[in-house]
Amino acid sequence: MADKGKFAMYWAASCGGCEIAVLNIGEKILDVDANFDIVFWPCAADFKYKDVEGYPDGYIDLCLFNGAIRTSENEEMAHLLRQKSKILVAFGSCAYEGCIPALANLTSKEAIFRTAYLESPSTENPDGVLPQPVTQVPEGELHIPEFYETVKSLDQVVSVDYYIPGCPPEPHQIIAVLDAIIQGAELPPPGSIIGAGTVAVCEECPLEKHEKAIKRIYRPYEKRPEPGICLLEQGIICLGPATRSGCGARCPQVGMGCRGCYGPLDGVEDQGAKFLSAIASVIDVGEPGGEEADLDREIEAVMESLADPAGTFYRFSMAHSLLRRARVNGSGDGEGGTA
Amino acid sequence: MSDTYEPVIVGFLCNWCSYRAADLAGTSRLHYAPNMRPIRVMCSARVDPQFVLKALREGADGVLIAGCHPGECHYVEGNIKALRRYKLLQRLLAQFGIEPERVQIVWASASEGNVLAEAVDRMVEQLRALGPLRWQETVLGGDGHGPVEAGEPAAEEV
Ligand code: SF4
Ligand code: SF4
Ligand code: SF4
Repeated sequence: MADKGKFAMYWAASCGGCEIAVLNIGEKILDVDANFDIVFWPCAADFKYKDVEGYPDGYIDLCLFNGAIRTSENEEMAHLLRQKSKILVAFGSCAYEGCIPALANLTSKEAIFRTAYLESPSTENPDGVLPQPVTQVPEGELHIPEFYETVKSLDQVVSVDYYIPGCPPEPHQIIAVLDAIIQGAELPPPGSIIGAGTVAVCEECPLEKHEKAIKRIYRPYEKRPEPGICLLEQGIICLGPATRSGCGARCPQVGMGCRGCYGPLDGVEDQGAKFLSAIASVIDVGEPGGEEADLDREIEAVMESLADPAGTFYRFSMAHSLLRRARVNGSGDGEGGTA
Repeated sequence: MSDTYEPVIVGFLCNWCSYRAADLAGTSRLHYAPNMRPIRVMCSARVDPQFVLKALREGADGVLIAGCHPGECHYVEGNIKALRRYKLLQRLLAQFGIEPERVQIVWASASEGNVLAEAVDRMVEQLRALGPLRWQETVLGGDGHGPVEAGEPAAEEV
């Protein structure tokens, strides 16, 4: 027993899907149990932060950290788990590059609070109470974590050994990584992306590809995709050309454009910018040689049919993008999130 | 920082037209604003949108992409590709709160030194009116978690 590895998993700003993905590896979970003692995993086992604080540094052999860094609590846990872990893995898109939580970077904390606590139709808050970092109660002061203006990825607050992309990572990828660690295989150099492919999703995608030239872009509800044919060719946004493979092109195969959850390809710093280039390249502007003004109009018309470029191109990678967040003015209008 | 603000423009100039236009502007001693830092690219289509974003993040106040007129591209349609990206980039940048004047595209043939010079002059005036971008300081803040705009304290709620 004594030489079993120590395993931890933690969720910061996350949806819980990454935990489910780990539980979803089927009977392989028994291998995890056979080879590791679970020493912290709030979703599955009852440990407290205090327990982790009590462990010696480097006590945890493998920590899968999922979720983005959006509050001071997330950040504290990132530092604590870094200190206590030999291998810290940014597990899933949220920890790796911000994912859906980081879309909040298109707006401001103030605007988020306004929507969540004051304006949403289901909210009833006649006194307009907003969460306060410190609250006085008869028993003393209550503190809750600070909600940050900007969502970050895990590696923007602590150093990370490996990244496993995906929202969530695919079970077969998780199994491959766990197997390698259990069998003591030689691990790739720190900083590597593991549990994913190296080519674009398009290369794994079995849909038939022809020359792409699109006249307008359809939102998912506007068009039933023709089976067997590349979605992008049909005007349905698919980010397969600029997304790392590894999932087996799950989404396009069922008629849903790739959303980009496996992150950028090697050598790409800003996945959104790559998407932008890919989409711009397939826009059909007809025969060359027309009037410049007509050309402008034609391009604009196609672009008009693409709702929310920032949210589409950076759905998973906002925190890791070059600009990282939108500029919103200090007056609290919170604009900047809408085109 | 000096007290007068001098906008910095990163200019991506196509080797076949606009870079020559800039050369011509120089040899014909045209006077124009010295704010552009020219970078020669083989074609305006070489301008990866990542270059533009990086320039803005790293301190440029504006980016000018300059290429051959449509129909005159050395690589046939490179500039049309650049134009399509540019139009989409403009929409994206608006969502980030970046004013459209900060990224511009201009067509200047090798004989149009004056067109390029005028574009730079015009852009400098526009950027002067907008003020500095200073993305690192004002948007990302000290550690990026902080307030998004200089001058305003963070709201007191958590
Ligand atoms: S990466 Fe996806 S599945 Fe995992 S926590 Fe984030 S949103 Fe959920
Ligand atoms: S459907 Fe998407 S992933 Fe498949 S080939 Fe077309 S663009 Fe690529
Ligand atoms: S197809 Fe795209 S969005 Fe779907 S799982 Fe694969 S990488 Fe993620």
